[in-house]
Amino acid sequence: MNGTPLLDIRNLTVEFGGLRALDGVDIQVNEGEIVSVIGPNGAGKTTLFNAITASVEADGEILFEGETLLGLDPNQVTSRGVARTFQNVRLFANMTVLENVMVSQHCRTKQGTFGALFYTKAFRQEEAEIRARAEMILAFFGTRLVGFRLDQPAAVLSYANRRRLEIARAMATQPKLLLLDEPVAGMNPVESAELTGLIGRLREEWGFTIVVIEHDMEVVREVSDRVIVLDHGVMIADGDYEEVSSDPRVIEAYLGHGATTK
Amino acid sequence: MSATVLNTVLRRIPGTWRRVVRLGALGAVGQVFISLSGMPVRLDVREIIVPILSLGYVTVLAVPLVLGVLLGRRPEHEEFLENPPGRRDLVLGAIAGGLMGGGGLSVLALLLANFDLRDPLINWSPQLLEFLSFGRGTAFGFGIWLVIGAGLGLVGGTLRLASSRTQKVIMTMALTVVGAAILESLVVDLVEGVSLEALVEWMYAPRGGLTLVGAGVLAVVSGLLSLVGQGRVKNMQERIQAMEGPRQTRVNLMLIAAVGVVLVILPLLVGKLTNELLANIGLFVLLALGLNIVVGLAGILDLGYVAFFAVGSYSTAVLTAATSPRIAPEFPWFVALIIVIFIAILVGLFIGAPVIRMRGDYLAIVTLGFGEIIRLLFLSDWLSGWFGGSQGITAIDGVDVFGLLTVDGTNPRRVFYLVLFFCAIAIYISWRLERSRLGRAWMAVREDEPVAEAMGINTVNVKLMAFVVGAVLGSFGGAIFVAKVGSVFPTSFLILVSIIILVVVIFGGMGNIFGVIAGAVVLIGVLGGPKQPGLLVEFSEFKLLIYGALLVWMMLARPEGLIPSARRSRELHQEEFLQDAWLRGQIDTDDNGPDGGSGTAGAEA
Ligand SMILES: Nc1ncnc2c1ncn2[C@@H]1O[C@H](COP(=O)(O)OP(=O)(O)OP(=O)(O)O)[C@@H](O)[C@H]1O
Ligand SMILES: [Mg+2]
Repeated sequence: MNGTPLLDIRNLTVEFGGLRALDGVDIQVNEGEIVSVIGPNGAGKTTLFNAITASVEADGEILFEGETLLGLDPNQVTSRGVARTFQNVRLFANMTVLENVMVSQHCRTKQGTFGALFYTKAFRQEEAEIRARAEMILAFFGTRLVGFRLDQPAAVLSYANRRRLEIARAMATQPKLLLLDEPVAGMNPVESAELTGLIGRLREEWGFTIVVIEHDMEVVREVSDRVIVLDHGVMIADGDYEEVSSDPRVIEAYLGHGATTK
Repeated sequence: MSATVLNTVLRRIPGTWRRVVRLGALGAVGQVFISLSGMPVRLDVREIIVPILSLGYVTVLAVPLVLGVLLGRRPEHEEFLENPPGRRDLVLGAIAGGLMGGGGLSVLALLLANFDLRDPLINWSPQLLEFLSFGRGTAFGFGIWLVIGAGLGLVGGTLRLASSRTQKVIMTMALTVVGAAILESLVVDLVEGVSLEALVEWMYAPRGGLTLVGAGVLAVVSGLLSLVGQGRVKNMQERIQAMEGPRQTRVNLMLIAAVGVVLVILPLLVGKLTNELLANIGLFVLLALGLNIVVGLAGILDLGYVAFFAVGSYSTAVLTAATSPRIAPEFPWFVALIIVIFIAILVGLFIGAPVIRMRGDYLAIVTLGFGEIIRLLFLSDWLSGWFGGSQGITAIDGVDVFGLLTVDGTNPRRVFYLVLFFCAIAIYISWRLERSRLGRAWMAVREDEPVAEAMGINTVNVKLMAFVVGAVLGSFGGAIFVAKVGSVFPTSFLILVSIIILVVVIFGGMGNIFGVIAGAVVLIGVLGGPKQPGLLVEFSEFKLLIYGALLVWMMLARPEGLIPSARRSRELHQEEFLQDAWLRGQIDTDDNGPDGGSGTAGAEA
């Protein structure tokens, strides 16, 4: 955790009409860290992810491995090594589980029309690799997404499995930085605990640096090295779980004015 | 005003009968509309069964029959009804509906006899009265349609109540007879080709149409076959489905090879006219396959596909014709084709680049505009030095194949083989691309473009690629068209061409190669293309009406097309699909926790 941070956000501001969803936010994420972003509803957490992945226009500076991400297209950001999941699960519902994970390897593969039409050796090799990698990634989730599930359309998966598939799809873009937007939302406690374990393994086994938005404080305490608190587009705290959870400003943000003594 | 009156009247009628009245009224209006469209009188010349049934009568007789079938259907949520209708009610309902439907024509006959509305309604004619009254006076016409309506309603109603086995047999019989009548010229041509005329002389009447004997024999034979064969076909399909990978591939390859052999032999057995028809069908298969890449796979609603067809035609004409106004390099066709491919790629990029960033409706409208712009450019005075303006380019030589033979319009058989060759190429291209990195990216873009982009897909490039591949296939169509017709005029490239190709793709089943081919064969084969006649030549005047009606019906009843791609039908019936799956307990009951709600499934898709 030294040298330049992997992700270095400076004075990031995002406006929607008159509304400042993010207001001069500074965030650093070091390589190998797991950072949680918390905050009340509408604090700007998802907007932060959208800004990093170029889905919304932003002012300020976002440096990834020392180079700016601002001005890039979303697909370019992904090929630089940033992948995300969506809070309101957005899978390719009519593609199969396997296809969902295959298609997101697009920016790491290169066979085009020529290879496909002439069925070249390179094409067949790459297809086999894409498939093998997809199966390997899906196997990370145990027996949940393999076997007959491989060829099921994503639309018929259970809610929890869709969340898992979203993560698998993001993993398949071979990122350095993984942005997870409320990965356990809507899961029951057992599933949630299981996924919490997986988040740790994502760093240990796959070497991802992870930023995770989460409302469930149990999960936050469990997984994060560091917690960042946003409120009304402003970063109000940055520290480890204990520090942050006892910070009066954070308590105030969550419980409203008057909760702390004046 | 009248609507509220109608509603009050309707509300007085007991629940089960309300549907009868509504459908019956709809049927009556429909029949009157069909009659006044001029279809029955005009199509009366085409016989189906001599001397009892003509195509004209089929158009009006179908209505009460369909009404009967619809009304004979048990309500879907029968359990929820207080007193569900019994069989007797259903049949009575069907009769009443048919009666009302037929009654529309009875009233029309009376009106025709007593008023002259020829001025606004050009088909308000004595011939129509003659047609409706079977030439026996108004009173007869009035009565007979009530009888026919009720009778066909009864037939339709009872048909619905029969066992599904019986239903299938009767359907097969009806379809065989009508099919044989429609395919008459093809069948006659074919048996003449193998000199077996004697065998079918009893079947068709000298001036067209099945004879009574012919229709009877066909009905009996097809009925028996369907009785015996029922389940066998399905059995076979299931057996093939159940085979493991390599064997299934082998069976599929054998089937494809068999179809290929038939397609190679067929043109040798049939005459010029039929070959012409086959060539036209093939041309539209080619165009539809091209559009299918753009619309079906990548999900870009392109309403100006004719642009690529036009560019292919004109560039082939300029490159091959000696009569080309400005430059006339007089390349051989195959050499020209290589250049045409490059031109098509450039035009695909040129048209694609500006429209690709638009979404949905805007994109559709802009492509529509581009389709027209291209045609108007070819028509314009400005470029007439190059493309001959409205005079077009004429006297274009056909395709010279290695100096051995020439493929041109005078020999439709050769044209068909040329078309077949390019269709095979188009099928191969579609098939390979669909199962590649690019094909998956197209699907992802079709499903959810912003997410596809967030997953690292350069959506602009990928969509441009779809445009380019579509453009190349369209230009193949154009190049063949020029060789076949021997001339190009701007009038060959009206918006109508785009629309018809799109209808073919939608009708057949977007995103499915076989569906698209089937769509082209059925629609172009039976109804005909924008200018090309189909088997039912008499329909050409009403082609657009029928295409339109078909499209509307398709969108309502079967949005996934005739032969849907599994994927596409999932997409369109997702709600039901999910519900069904849920009802059958298929949605992951194993790890669905107490709050792992699957009910929200459809909303997110
Ligand atoms: N595309 C947009 N257009 C306009 N306003 C937006 C847009 N996206 C977000 N907002 C607004 O920005 C603010 C921050 O939203 P954001 O989705 O980032 O909140 P969040 O912290 O993720 O909340 P939650 O916990 O509910 O997910 C909200 O007030 C929201 O209404
Ligand atoms: Mg959010």
